[in-house]
Parts: sequence; C-alpha cells; structure tokens
Amino acid sequence: MGKTIAEKILSLASGKDVCAGDIVVARVNAAMAHDGTALLAIESFREMNGQSLWDPSRVFLVIDHVAPSATESFSRVHKVMREFARMHGANLYEAGSGICHQLMVESGLIYPSALAVGADSHTCTYGALGAFATGIGSTEMAAVFMSGKLWFKVPETLKVEVDGALPPMVLPKDVILKIIGLVGADGATYKAVEFCGSTVKSMSVDGRLTLCNMAVEMGAKTGIIETDEKTMNYLGGLGVKEGLRLRSDEDADFSSKIFFDVSNLEPQVSCPHNVDNVRSVKEVEGVEVNQVFLGSCTNGRLEDLRVAAEILKGKTIRRGVRMIVAPASRSIYLQALKEGLIEIFVEAGCIVCNPGCGPCAGAHQGILAPGEVCLSTSNRNFKGRMGSPDAEIYLASPATAAVSALEGRITDPRVLLKR
Amino acid sequence: MSAKIVGRVWRLGDNINTDLIIAGKYKLSITDINELSKHAMEALIPNFAEKVKRGDLIVTGKNFGCGSSREQAPLVLKYLGVGAVIAESFARIFYRNAINIGLPVVECKEVSRIMDGDMLEVNLMEGYIKNLTRSEIYSIKPIPPALLEILAEGGLVNYVRKHGRLPW
Repeated sequence: MGKTIAEKILSLASGKDVCAGDIVVARVNAAMAHDGTALLAIESFREMNGQSLWDPSRVFLVIDHVAPSATESFSRVHKVMREFARMHGANLYEAGSGICHQLMVESGLIYPSALAVGADSHTCTYGALGAFATGIGSTEMAAVFMSGKLWFKVPETLKVEVDGALPPMVLPKDVILKIIGLVGADGATYKAVEFCGSTVKSMSVDGRLTLCNMAVEMGAKTGIIETDEKTMNYLGGLGVKEGLRLRSDEDADFSSKIFFDVSNLEPQVSCPHNVDNVRSVKEVEGVEVNQVFLGSCTNGRLEDLRVAAEILKGKTIRRGVRMIVAPASRSIYLQALKEGLIEIFVEAGCIVCNPGCGPCAGAHQGILAPGEVCLSTSNRNFKGRMGSPDAEIYLASPATAAVSALEGRITDPRVLLKR
Repeated sequence: MSAKIVGRVWRLGDNINTDLIIAGKYKLSITDINELSKHAMEALIPNFAEKVKRGDLIVTGKNFGCGSSREQAPLVLKYLGVGAVIAESFARIFYRNAINIGLPVVECKEVSRIMDGDMLEVNLMEGYIKNLTRSEIYSIKPIPPALLEILAEGGLVNYVRKHGRLPW
C-alpha cells in the first residue's frame, strides 16, 4: 500500500514506517506561539520546570494579535514574551513584523517535508509549501519548547481535486469557501486535506496558502499541497534550499476523494455565523456593510492587495463605510508601497494598519458595534468574533471586499466586467 | 480526576466554537483567569458563569470547540468547575487542550438521549455514562490509555511535576 504526503512526513519525523491511525512521537522543525497563546505556554514551561529550549533557533514568538498593544494587560504579555525570548535566545518578531503564519512562511524553516507546530489553529497554512503543519495548544507547546517533540495521530487524508480555469473575478478564496460549504465545518475533522488538480497547479503560492489556511474550518488537522516548480521557485526566492519533494503514491489510501470543476464557479460568501454557511455572492447581494476588512493570514498577501488595489484605483469607497487594510507582513507592506498599492488604498479612503492580525480576532483596529455588518477577507465569522455578538460577519474574497466597499453593500465583483 | 463524575447537564447544540466558549475580545484583553471566566459562554447562555455549579456537565452535539487553538476555552470551563464535556464529537485542538489541562472530555454517540437538567454519572475508567434521571446507560468512546494517564494526573503540567518527565 502506498502512502500519502502526510504519512510520509510523519514517517520521516518519527523515524518509523507509519500509516493513518498510528500514534507517533515526532520531532518538529519549527514551533511558534503568538501573543494570544504564548503567555500560557511560557507559564506552563515554567511550571514544568523547563530550563532551556530544545533549539532556540527553531522557536518563534510573534507579537501580532494585539500589535501594538491596545491594553496594559497585553503590554505585560508582550513584555513577558520579549524577556522569555531574550533569556532563552528564541526568535522574537516584534509588533509590526506581521502575522505569525506569514512570518513562518518567510522564515526559511518551512519547506517541503518539514513538520511544524504552532499554537494557533491556522498553522495548517504552511501545507501550501509541502510541509505538515498543525495547530496545537499552549501547554503542549511548552512541552515542545522543552523537547522538540510531540505526539501526533497520523491523519487520514481527504483528497480534494479541483479542476478547470477560474473565471474572471473568481479567486482562490472563492474556491476554498465553496469546498468548506460542501464538506461542512466538521467534514474533515482530524484529517489532512490534500488539494490537487489543474486549478491548484496553476494557482500561485499566495493562492495555495489561502486554500491551506482555511482547511481547519472543515476541522482538518492540516491542508497540504504537493510540491512543484512553483513551490521551489517561491522557496528559492526566500533562499530556502532544504526539503524533500514528496507526493502521495498512486495507491495511497485516501479516506475519500472529492472532485469539482471551477469553470463555472461564482464568487462565494460565507454568511453569519458559521464558516460553512456558504452561498454565492449573488444570493446575498445588497446587504449593507459598515466595515470591510482586507487582510489576515488568509488574504493579506501581495496578490490579495493587488487585486483589491486594481479595483479601488482612482475611486473612493462609499461614504459611511470604513475599509481597513492590514498587510500580512512587513515585506509585503514594503512591496505594496513600492508598487503604489498603499497609495491607492489611502487615496480611496481606506485605513491602512500596520502588518498584523488587524481586527480579525476582535482585539483592536476595528471592533464592531451591535447591529453592524462587516465584510471580511479573513477566515472566521463566528458570533462575536470581531466585537459585538450582535454584529454580523460575512467572509469573501479580496475582489468582493473591494467592490463591496465601493458600493457600500455586498456586491458581486463580476459587475466590473460588464462596465 | 475522580473515577466517577456526577453532575447536572447543560445541553447545547452542534458546532459550539471557541469564540462562543470565550470570545477573542476577552481572551485578547484579560489575562486573569478569574476575570476571564466571568465571560464564558455568555453569548449562548447569559450569566453562565454565575449559574453554573461545580460538577455540572456540558452535553453537546458535533464538533464542540471548533475554531481557534485557545487553551483559554477549556481553561475557563475547568475554572468554573465544569466536571466534564460530553459531545458527539470534538474539534481536535480543543480535545488535546482539554486533556492537557485536565478537563475530562468524553465522546458519546448517544448524546441525543440526554436532556437539559438531567443528572449523569460519568465513569471514564469503566467507560460508560449513567443517566440517573432517565435510568439509561450509554457507552462512550474509550480515551486512549496514554491520554487517560495525563488526564488522571490533572493535566500535562501536573504529570510532568509528578513524574519529572514528559509522557512522550
């Protein structure tokens, strides 16, 4: 019997020949915690009498969720993180560096065949680079800090084959929202989701990161994509030379396979208050929006900013609407500046925030009032996530977000094709 | 963790996410567990923190704890004295976190028979739930022995403090 990519990586990392269902202890290549999860990890590390990090060069602490700090209590959290990083020699990404997942991707420690853990559920993003990456809790992160090892249940793999050319104004975000709608919020629980097919092959790495990022919204342990020349070129640009190019064997045992064709896919939107409540944008067109957010670990990359800027260029967002833009990392921010994208956003009336999580997690930079509606390019629309539990969050692509900010209501971006 | 957990049921539905258990706006502004736990479940059950009694059980449907990796979600429930969470299924990070902080989590396919206010006796070692209100017995999915060992010590930190090593 052949093996899936997930089985191969966990075999390598555990030094055993394993298959789905086995429980293994495996060595990780990188471990990350951010300001929403690091404090508990540091406290547990101390309570477990942790003396030193297993390998400080592989430990990353990122200040991104409340960055810069909005409250004194979080200023203290950041201070603890800085002191811990200094004392133990770990990598610290200061406020303003960007979102943990984008920074991990840019760190050079994420490469094909790597095993990475993060104290954040969207750690599954890194599978776009052929790595096995998954979210864990703070206390077990403390154990990883000490030992570099963790137990894993080797997941079954759900294969999602996506074929066809994406129609104009239909983006990777629409693809993943459609898939989540089909699979459901718990349809891939404990599984790896392997994305393949011609659509994925022709997708940029930015787009693939968007797909894998939202795998957890179907309950998945990780998203994963077979490494190809695009992956290698992307990593080459980051100076990364490591990694084994792995692919699932022809006779690998997939738990199930889903095929779908995107040739006629329409822009999608996830409606309140669950991510799998997915419809076409057309079905909810006209819903008035108060806030639009472009950013997050799902859609804060250069390609996303370019799509939105192209739509906003020379125009002004609707009066009464606020549009918040937060690039996913400092390097993306700099490149967006060079390309004139930031100027377009500012001229259009957007609020451009520092690189970081922005308002996605409900901490700052755009908290919603009761009764308000937000259209966001992020990954969760749970009740109360971005502020009041009486606010509503819709999730959509950067194109849908930009055009909806111009119109002041949820709008199908294909309207621009007709003009 | 005692062998038998007896308590009154709070019955909830499917897909209860971590923002409903403890919203990000609180997790990202309050670090004190006592203060934080006052907001547990508030969008679902107003004043849950005041109403819940030590030993009470949460019984819920599919995918409990989906969403973020925040360990504060099981922590606030444990802090408020919730004796166990019984679900048809759990989101994986919540499940791991609950074991690691010593909150019993029990998978049971027969949760639809359990109603709000029922009194249950949960026996993790022998692997059953007794519904004292309805005189029924349900089977539960066994917790893997390695995890049961962590749970029995009250979580990973206590395990390491007692044994002087990690369980793996």
